Amino acid sequence: MQLNTLSVHHLSELMGKKEVSSEELTRFYLEHISRVEDKIKAFVTLTKEEALARARAVDERRARGEELSPLAGIPTAAGDNICTRGVKTTCASQILYNFIPPYDATVAGRLKGAGAILVGKCNMDEFAMGSSTENSGYFATSNPFDFDAVPGGSGGGAAAAVAAGEAAFALGTDAGGGIRQPAAFCGVIGFKPTYGYASRFGLISHVSSLGQIGVFTRDMTDLALILNEICGHDDKDATSASVDVPDFRKSLVNDVKGLRIGLPGEYFGTDVSPRVAAKVREAIVKLEELGAVCEEVAMPHIEYAPAAHYIISSAEASSNLARFDGIRHGLRVEAEDVLTMFKKTRGQGFGEEVKRRIMLGTFALSAGNYEAYYVKALKVRTLVKQDFDRAFEKFDCLLTPTSPATPFKIGEKAGDPVAMYLSKVYTMPANLAGVPAMSLPFGLVEGLPVGLQLMARHFDEGTLLRVGYTLEQSTDQTRLKPGLLL
Amino acid sequence: MSRYEAVIGLEVHVELKTDTKIFCGCSTEFGKEPNTQVCPVCLGLPGSTGVLNKKVVELATRAGLALNCEIGTYTWFDRKNYYYPDLPKGYQISQVFRPIAYNGYLDIDVDGEKKRINITRAHIEEDPGKLVHSGGSITSSRYSYVDYNRSGMPLIEIVSEPDIRSGAEAKAYLEKLKAHLEYAGVSDVKMEQGSLRCDANVSVRPVGTTTLGTKTEIKNMNSFRAVQRAIEYEVERQIDVLEDGGKVVQETRGWDENKGITVSMRNKENPDYRCFIEHELPPIELTEEWIEEVRASIPELPDARRRRLVEEHGLPDYDAGVITSSLALAEFFDAALKEFPDAKTVSNWIMGELLRLLNARNMELGESRITPGGLASLLQLIKKGTISNKIGKEVFEVMFEEGKDPEQIVKERGLSQISDQGQLAQIIDEVIAKNPKSVADYQSGKKQAIGFLVGQVMKATRGQANPGVVNSMLREKLGE
Repeated sequence: MQLNTLSVHHLSELMGKKEVSSEELTRFYLEHISRVEDKIKAFVTLTKEEALARARAVDERRARGEELSPLAGIPTAAGDNICTRGVKTTCASQILYNFIPPYDATVAGRLKGAGAILVGKCNMDEFAMGSSTENSGYFATSNPFDFDAVPGGSGGGAAAAVAAGEAAFALGTDAGGGIRQPAAFCGVIGFKPTYGYASRFGLISHVSSLGQIGVFTRDMTDLALILNEICGHDDKDATSASVDVPDFRKSLVNDVKGLRIGLPGEYFGTDVSPRVAAKVREAIVKLEELGAVCEEVAMPHIEYAPAAHYIISSAEASSNLARFDGIRHGLRVEAEDVLTMFKKTRGQGFGEEVKRRIMLGTFALSAGNYEAYYVKALKVRTLVKQDFDRAFEKFDCLLTPTSPATPFKIGEKAGDPVAMYLSKVYTMPANLAGVPAMSLPFGLVEGLPVGLQLMARHFDEGTLLRVGYTLEQSTDQTRLKPGLLL
Repeated sequence: MSRYEAVIGLEVHVELKTDTKIFCGCSTEFGKEPNTQVCPVCLGLPGSTGVLNKKVVELATRAGLALNCEIGTYTWFDRKNYYYPDLPKGYQISQVFRPIAYNGYLDIDVDGEKKRINITRAHIEEDPGKLVHSGGSITSSRYSYVDYNRSGMPLIEIVSEPDIRSGAEAKAYLEKLKAHLEYAGVSDVKMEQGSLRCDANVSVRPVGTTTLGTKTEIKNMNSFRAVQRAIEYEVERQIDVLEDGGKVVQETRGWDENKGITVSMRNKENPDYRCFIEHELPPIELTEEWIEEVRASIPELPDARRRRLVEEHGLPDYDAGVITSSLALAEFFDAALKEFPDAKTVSNWIMGELLRLLNARNMELGESRITPGGLASLLQLIKKGTISNKIGKEVFEVMFEEGKDPEQIVKERGLSQISDQGQLAQIIDEVIAKNPKSVADYQSGKKQAIGFLVGQVMKATRGQANPGVVNSMLREKLGE
């Protein structure tokens, strides 16, 4: 049995029927990891011993007849910017090479409480700044569909881990597409909930107002199960929304009849690869066949979103990363006085992209530039939100390509930060607006996955699940397997 | 008359009286072992997010209202970014763009002249940690210790307009400010424990001009008197610099209490704090109704209380000002007055004996053992003639130290006034016998000589004799 291509709910059934124990399942995953990791390099930290101990504990609970969550005993992974108690959490940065948080991120704690088994912490672009996972402070991750291609970023490690069968699902973070773009590149589902729906406590954030924890999964049912666990108010996070969380399984409806789907013309312009656009149109045709009403919609301010996003995210990053100064935790480079210690620590600890954004953000917030850049970017953000509000007056959701192109080669854009940044041009607007957004796989182009992006109103994750589930039930294009799992 | 006038604005940091810190549940108790009252949130550990303590908003609102401020119904927090080892997150959460309270004022009296000092704003912010350097300063020390117990203590910073013209006005403003915040119940306002700290911005300019001169900021003043002295020194120093044809340098200066001078700490290069909105905390939204509820819950403030003491109890304005300068004194006064309804006498004892002893021992009222009821009983004893005023002062001191009931003290120490003529007759006879010269003087018409004889009787009875009785008995015996 190829346990690591099955979805969470299948694995849960198998464990329920005692066909496999959590320990066996975890061992299977760990062995698979040791077979493929040298090609994929998805993990910066593996937690084999803790994982097996936890798996045995879940088996004992099951043996005692306790009622368990569907996630109990399921091997999972998390991006390395999500704090895990007692397990190194480095943000793939040298500056946090030795940081072991004394607390769990609320979301990680909830999964742990549900009995999920953490097998490791995933590689990412340092502090989630990047679109290819080449900016990791440790090493680059490869795309499971093409080892010479990037897995996307910032959550490339987590996306690759799920795609390559190294984890049944994974937590990631999405501030500009850090879940959706790598999900699209690696052929898995990537989901960013509404801002504030899942707690941000324990997320080592570089952009407070844009970043949100979300998940990578293999199918829509898994997504619903995991959203059930991670969404909901948290007293420890002031930005956490106080809204009721429905049972997301109820949104797994195989029917899109009459659903109004908007197609923003701005996402289908000249910057999208014709073959990706063609694939997305195939999906549109399919949805129309299934009874959805698809129409174009204008979102005139979307084109300014990347510029605004870059300013806002860099500004917030310049502030959020100030705490890494060598005083309390992480790297300290000794020096003759405190100022030199700050400078040397940050000079050595941060990578090139992080420094670039800190400098850009510092510039954008500095006296004399604040109005011209930061305040202007906030105004653009408001206009982008209004574009979404207007579109959602008429449409239930929006459909676009997730990324303008399929995965590029490792090194191809490494010298061109702007080109790298623009590979997330389609995902950034949802973060500016705070709406829920999902990427789901829709076939291959030249052997590489294409992602469809769906966006909905605030707290209307249900519509995304419904559209995704219907597509999943109606076409086999949503289930992609890389060669190493065939 | 100086050709210059001083222009002074004060920035006062006041710690709000909460049980827990501003964004986490850590205790705010003073004086604990370093770094024992910390958690991931107030240490700024990666990924930790804080949640605003609601009590902070209520106390800040109370403070704003007590300072006659308007209260913002929609305000938020901002980040002030700068690097310092005591700043765990690398930024301080403060209210830069929209303070919770603004446009307030306090009226002060200096030498009988009333003056209004306007308050620009009072905003909420978090305290950073505390540094202890192994050497003189962070740059000259080989190492420094950081204590983050203070990190995340809730503060309000109260910024005055540059309406203050002298050290005396600054001191009067601070006293008024302290009293108002104490009455409103928002802070302990203890300068020695750091719950009230003051920095002064001082500049001078030729009288008659309106442009501001170059200012210096003075720090490290740890009493109101020090604030006054530091400002007076700094004003003179700046005038001297200008008179000598020099230029005042914009800088931060520290007050050296021992030498009585200000010294340069660092040049201020107009730091760019790159302030922007704090996205990890939602805005503070207050309704007008809630603000009115808070306003209604604030007790009578010093100025109103002072007026009441003058109008209802006929106390002189000066007395009323002293009594209401601290809530504890005012409460003490009111409580004593209830049991001994003679306002002027009660006020005399509070302003005289009580304040004298407190000042002499450098104590707070709460640290002494005297109670308002005790003072009232003491005053009853004096009124009844059981003890003299003079003995009363002695008894008061014992009460202050030991907290005993005055009657008990009088009994234990045998301090009752002797009014019994039989008891006094023998002593008076002895005094007359021993002082023939004074007796002769009196009898020859120098009536004031009787004072000496009364004094001798008092001395012989260790002050216990009733002077009135002694006086009349002496007159009788000496043939009137």
